Formats: sequence, structure tokens, C-alpha cells
Amino acid sequence: MSRKNQSSRTQAVRASSEDTRRKSRRSFLARSAGIAGASVTALTARTAQAAQEIAPAPPWMQTMGAPMRGYGQPAKYEDKVVRALTPGYPTIAPGVGTSRTPLHALEGTITPAGLHFERHHNGVPDIDPAQHRLMIHGLVRRPLIFKMEDLARYPMMSRVHFLECSGNSGANSLSPKPPQTSAGVIHGLLSCTEWTGVPLALLLNEAGVEPGADWLLAEGADAVAMSRSVPLAKAFDDAMIALYQNGERLRPEQGYPVRLLLPGWEGNMSVKWLRRIKITQGPTHTKDETSKYTDPVPGGKALQFTFEMGVKSLITRPSGGMRMPGSGWHEISGLAWSGAGRISRVEVSVDGGTTWKEAALQGPVYSKSATRFRLPWEWNGTRAVLQSRAVDEKGNVQPARAAWLAQFMPQQRYHNNAIQTWEIAADGSVTNVYA
Amino acid sequence: MFTPRCVYAGLAAAVLAACATSDPGSPAPTVGPNLGRSTTQQEIAAWDISIPPSGAGLPAGSGTVKQGEAVYVAQCQACHGPKGAGKPADALVGGVGSLATDNPVRTVGSYWPYATTLFDYTRRAMPATKPLSLSNDEVYSVTAYLLYLNGIIAENAVMNAQTLPQVKMPNRDGFVDHSRR
Repeated sequence: MSRKNQSSRTQAVRASSEDTRRKSRRSFLARSAGIAGASVTALTARTAQAAQEIAPAPPWMQTMGAPMRGYGQPAKYEDKVVRALTPGYPTIAPGVGTSRTPLHALEGTITPAGLHFERHHNGVPDIDPAQHRLMIHGLVRRPLIFKMEDLARYPMMSRVHFLECSGNSGANSLSPKPPQTSAGVIHGLLSCTEWTGVPLALLLNEAGVEPGADWLLAEGADAVAMSRSVPLAKAFDDAMIALYQNGERLRPEQGYPVRLLLPGWEGNMSVKWLRRIKITQGPTHTKDETSKYTDPVPGGKALQFTFEMGVKSLITRPSGGMRMPGSGWHEISGLAWSGAGRISRVEVSVDGGTTWKEAALQGPVYSKSATRFRLPWEWNGTRAVLQSRAVDEKGNVQPARAAWLAQFMPQQRYHNNAIQTWEIAADGSVTNVYA
Repeated sequence: MFTPRCVYAGLAAAVLAACATSDPGSPAPTVGPNLGRSTTQQEIAAWDISIPPSGAGLPAGSGTVKQGEAVYVAQCQACHGPKGAGKPADALVGGVGSLATDNPVRTVGSYWPYATTLFDYTRRAMPATKPLSLSNDEVYSVTAYLLYLNGIIAENAVMNAQTLPQVKMPNRDGFVDHSRR
């Protein structure tokens, strides 16, 4: 494989322009400099290259800049940083499927609204907020209906929480061979957002929950009227009627004008385009909590109502499909999260789990939120096997892949929180491996 | 002085058990302006389409297997294949007895625990190109057809608000409730 890569690299270099050749020579020299340390030769070469690299007057300094605009967009040079689209039935129902956050191309913890992952069961509805209503009924003393302008006047709270589809990372359990693609394609049904909205408990208290009620049904206004049952205890714990996403109103793909947010629980339950909450006794057993989103275990039965997302982490840099720019100093960077609370520790291994080092957690560390971890690393240019392992404040430890698989029937597609392994070859290529 | 994260007023004691697992941070607001309007029974009836296993809320109307076959051919077959065999969308028939094997086939017949869910989901979401377009009679009848194809009800059975909740699905006891873990 490395020979093939080398030969295609050689061809690519031959075909490249003078400019690119200069650039690759520069980076070669920079790499040599890194390896040789502060040798006089390397320093001289670097200085000579630097003289070529710096134009005295770049064109953007010689002309007036662009004017202001109403809604900003990323730099045009970043146009590859987009969601990966994975439609389920492109010909018969193009709105069914997912798009995945390019985790490998992002840093920090907050997902830009336009890059938040999507999972739709029949497309994104075009909802006029003036006509949309939220109804709360069932086992309540006073069934209520809210206009969106009413909800916007309620006292609000802001919370940073991850949202993860329970089908995230499914390719790593469904595919017999490790899928060779990016971290975003494999694990990008995860995003993290500052959500702002009204505590659900507050609205339920206004409606007055009747004694004996113990569940609710949440229903969306999309073309499947997505519906999920939620234990009432969650509603009174930390559930939110979310109106804002990173400071602006929800994007249509995230439930505009209003969604349910159940921190730490499988994404499907945070029903988008929320139109109805029915307080019930017992769960309703909807299609998406019986035929889907259930977890078959050995023996033939299936676990139902597995809500919490397990403790999990992932190295995003370096990760699948990348190529190390050279040996020497690198920062290993990744994300960790848990549906049970705060991340308390992330350990990183560069030898396939034989030895572990504790990574630094980037604060503040919020509960049920993505947490960035970092570890400086000197790569010596030989094969390395990278893993990360997260532990949360409840003591839950992220499992190895084999231990995770052993809990379920073959072809388990939900709740995969197993350790991800990336292998770095001597040529610097990074691949997904099962370990 | 922070207000506790949980709202105690007006709650059944059972609800309080799982309180306050998230960030204390700034406390969540507990008192609102009461801007909701009271809903009428007619409004609730127009929107409340969810059907639990008890069958509560099932509408009037009925359907037979034979009527359901016609509905299926016209509305469902293009995506779910002849007689619910599947492709391009999910298979709806077969797989009973396969769940404990290495090649489980999970369909309405082999996996779904409640027949009411089939009515509920078909009514709210199918056909995907025109959801909420089937009459209650059409939903009852196509439900009957799929239950018949799976060998769960007889060819002359009639599905309605009384008979549907009584249907015992093969995998009725196939789930372990994990919600109170």
C-alpha cells in the first residue's frame, strides 16, 4: 500500500507546477529542519525560502476590501468543510437520511449551526412560525396551546449540550472491514451547541400534571409526525423547549421554530419541529421506540428505551484519511462526551492501548457536553496506533470495541461508544483499524 | 441564593427521583408568565393522533384484509415491494423465528410488539409521498392486510377500534424495558 501511495505521490509531484514544487521543497526543508534541530544549514535554507514566501505587497493590501454583508459566510478557501450527505433512499424519499458534521475539520467544541448533523425521517418541513403552535395536553389540569411569540416571552436558560444520534459510529459495527473514511463520516452524527429555551418543567407546571402521569409523548410537525415517549422525570430534570441555537433561532434542519432538547439522551428523542406534548400513563410504544432505536441482545430479546448516550471519545486530529505532514511535534486533539454528566478524564494511547497518557481537558467542562482534549506528541516517524478512552464523573469508562460488541447481537447499529483506533503508517497515512 | 434546579410545585413525588443531574450553572427559571391559552376538546381531537397499546383514541371505522390488499397495491407496494417483501424500503413481512439467529429479519411480523403501532405509524407517516392522506378505513384495512400476510390474523378478520388492540404480536414479549435501569 505504501509503495502504491509513494508512486502516485511521485506522479503527482511530477505533474505539479513549479509553484507547488517550490512549496513541497519548502515543507521538505521545514521537516528536515525539525528533525535536524537548529543546524546552520537548515536555518540558512529556511531563511532563503522565507524570502520567497513573503511578498512585499500582497494583492489584498493593494485594493479596497469587500463591503459588509447581512449574514456572514465562511472564507471561500474553506469550501471543503461541509457536511457529508448520506441519504437513505435518494430516489424515493430524498429527505430521509443523515448529514454528518465534519468533526475532523473543526476545533473547539461548538458546532457551527450550518454544520450541525441532521437526521430526518422525511425531510425538513417549511414551517411558518406564525401558524405553528405547541400544544400540551393529556393528563393535565389545564390543556394549553402556545404561539411561538408567546414562548419567546418566557424566561429562558442557555446550556451547552451535545446531541448525538444513537446510530452514530454505526459503520464501525456494521462494516466487516473498518470503513476507510474521515472521522466526520464515521462519527459525525455528533454536534455540540449552546441551546437557549424555556425549561419544559415550567410549562408543565403551568398546565398542571395530574397524579399518576409518568410519561409524555412528544410529536413533531414534520412529514412523519415524529413521535417519541419520554419519562416525565426527564422532563422535570433538564428538558428544554429550545428556540435558539448558538445565539440565533434554530435552523430549519434543527427543528425551527421549536424543538425538544433532552440533554445526554439519544438524538431522535429531542423531537424537532415540536407541536404536541401529551402527558400519559406509560409509554405510547411508537414506531421509533419499538421497530427502531431498540438494541437486540444475545438470546433474541431487545433492550427498549435505552436513552442515555454512553461515555465516548474520539481523536479528531490526526484521524482517518489524513496524512501526517512529517515526524516531530504534533498535538493530538479530540472530543469526549457523556450522556451521564461531565467528562472527568481522557487518556490517549499511541501504542494500541499498551500504555496510556492523560490528556489535558479544555475547560470549562460542562455536563452532557462535548469536551476538547489535547495531548502534545512527538511522532518518531514509525507506525503508531492511536486511541482515546474517556471516563465520566459517574465512573463510566469507554469500552474497547470487542467488549462493546459482545453486549449485542451481530449488526447492532445503535449506541456504539467503543474506542476508535487510528493507525499511522511510517509514510504518515492515517487509517481506521479495528482493535 | 440559588433556587434549586428542580421544580417541586405541583408534582407527584415519583417524578422527583431523578432530579438535577445536569449543570447547576445559573439556575433554570421556574416561574413563567402563563401565556398559554386553554385548548378546546375539538382542537385536541384534531391533533391527537397517537395510539398506545391499549388502543385508546383509535377512531371509528374498520377495514378488511381484501380491502387492505387494494390499498397496499395502490399506496405501498412501489416502495415496500409485492406482499410486503421489502425493497427499496423496509420489508414488512417475514422473519418470525429469526431474531435469535445470526441473520435476524426484523419486520412488522417478527419484531413489532404492538399492532396499534402499525396503525399509528401508517396513519401519521405513510405513504411517504403523501402522509396523512389515507382515510381511517384505509389505515384499518392496510393494517389488516399486513397482519394477515404475517400470519397473525385470519383472512376474514376485520380490524377496528375493538379488534386491533386485541391482536397479539409474535414478539410481544421480546423487549426488556431499560427505562428504569
